[in-house]
Amino acid sequence: MTTPETLTPIAADVVVPSSLTTPRAGGFAGWRHLALVTESVPATVGLAIVLAWALLALLAPLIAPYAPNASDLAALARPTPSRAHWLGSDHLGRDLLSRILWGARPVLVIAPLAVLGAAALGSLLGLTAGYYGRWIGLVITRACDIVLSFPVIILYMIILAHFGSSAWNIIGVLTLTKAPIIARIVRGMTLDLREREYVAAAKMRGESSLYIMLVEILPNARGPLIVDMCLRTGYNVIIIGVLGFLGIGLPPPDPDWGGMVKDTYGMMMVWPHMALVPCAAISSLVVGFNLLAVGLRELGLRD
Amino acid sequence: MARFVAKHLLFLLLTLLVVSFLVFTLNEFSPGAVARKVLGAYATQEQVDLLTTQMGLDRPLLVRYVDYVRAVLSGDLGQSARFKAPVRDVIARHLANTAFLAAIAFACIVPLSMILGVMAGMREGSRLDRVILILSTVVASIPEFALGVFLASVFVVWLGWLPGTATLVAGGGWSVAAQLVLPVAVIVLFDAGYVVSMIRASMVEVMQRPYIRTAVLKGLSFRRVILKHALRNAMLTPITVIMLQINYLVAGVVVVETVFAYPGFGRMMLEATLFKDIALVEAGALVAVFLAVVTNILGDLAYVLLDPRIRA
Repeated sequence: MTTPETLTPIAADVVVPSSLTTPRAGGFAGWRHLALVTESVPATVGLAIVLAWALLALLAPLIAPYAPNASDLAALARPTPSRAHWLGSDHLGRDLLSRILWGARPVLVIAPLAVLGAAALGSLLGLTAGYYGRWIGLVITRACDIVLSFPVIILYMIILAHFGSSAWNIIGVLTLTKAPIIARIVRGMTLDLREREYVAAAKMRGESSLYIMLVEILPNARGPLIVDMCLRTGYNVIIIGVLGFLGIGLPPPDPDWGGMVKDTYGMMMVWPHMALVPCAAISSLVVGFNLLAVGLRELGLRD
Repeated sequence: MARFVAKHLLFLLLTLLVVSFLVFTLNEFSPGAVARKVLGAYATQEQVDLLTTQMGLDRPLLVRYVDYVRAVLSGDLGQSARFKAPVRDVIARHLANTAFLAAIAFACIVPLSMILGVMAGMREGSRLDRVILILSTVVASIPEFALGVFLASVFVVWLGWLPGTATLVAGGGWSVAAQLVLPVAVIVLFDAGYVVSMIRASMVEVMQRPYIRTAVLKGLSFRRVILKHALRNAMLTPITVIMLQINYLVAGVVVVETVFAYPGFGRMMLEATLFKDIALVEAGALVAVFLAVVTNILGDLAYVLLDPRIRA
């Protein structure tokens, strides 16, 4: 995206959408991007879903009708949805709605944090590999290839079963396994961008390599990165759910969507709602992130 | 060609070495712990020390690693503590089960995603394209265990048409074939969504090339342009993606196997890691990585064979 400031000398016959040229009242740049997102239907729907979940997670302590780990013994006999428990309760008589709301919090913190970690580490590796080339580049790309060739789910099982599972360990393994993919993308773009005039100009000015990589090259590689980060966040939500389902996710008893399915899917024949509710929650959140990514890519191609 | 194969084989060896070393180090990082695990919490420290010496676990890591590699090369993968059988037999049995499931799923995924991907990509932006794109995005967004739960709640709980587990032992009035329907359906839905979007993207790109415009302007029917001109080039990039799915199908189906209690490779690895069955984890990791790298090489090879421009 080019910013309006650089667009000022506009040829008379070029029609620029007004949303790009006239700054909105308040002058906050974010609104302009938001207005752009609403031009794509998938992006709007995706963003709405993600924001709705973020809001619910944020307000969980206020709006959740029960404490997430509190058992209602009266609900044990009839755990199906009722007036007291809108979505029903689980096998221990805990309110499903409250657990779903509270369960949104760890997911929405861990998934983006892991993506940011992977983006930071991956960008650094990709920039270094692309900018210096030669053997540093070769070592980094080969190391990335090795990590990428490993079936990730088996890697997660080995690492998490060995070191125990906690939020930080999950962020750690997600960062380590996703960084090589980002590194590959950034390296490809760096190889192209480092030959540009403005990089040569910065070299001429005597800027350090670090400055050139971070200030001159990285900002120009952000477009594909943002779309990719959206997709990664969705995948991370899936993986956090899968880890919970396999029993190597966030430790109980605090609500974790994947773990809730693991605890109750054995009772599918009797109480299907116990597993269906968390499955619906996790699916809708991932659909939100992926629709947002599809929409953003569409918008990117249009420019 | 010889150089291509040699280069890839070298990478395969390097990867196997690095991975085996990492897994080995990870699992045997604390030598005392292995003996403690074998003897249990009530053994005295002297007993633990004695067993550690007997098992040779007090020797330097590198020495033990070299011994391990030598044993693996001679075909001795050790004994599984979880299944009480030689690791080689345990892996072979579970891998065969998974290969069976994967083969059926692969046979469904490839034609299905090719048809849908080409239909979506041949007219970018058409209503059909939008529907396929959104549907494949949504389906690929639902985690496998959630897909399993959704499908099971309809076909097992509600309609009662299919069994909820696939143990490969015919029983409870269900044949093995009926047991396989749901696991295969979950894998196909989850994976095809991704492959469809890759094939669609490649098709969209090919349709914008000048030679397609030439073919259309020459007066060829649209059907002929797609089948004779576009298809071959559009399948170049996705062929690597399709080959990579084999990797997912063998090692990544842990979740599906867990949902349906299928006795496959992925669930075996999960049990092995949770049980800390070190010999099985190490060997299983090597097998998984070996398969992953080999399918990678096959993907590259298919790419080279399909595209005469790279075949030097």
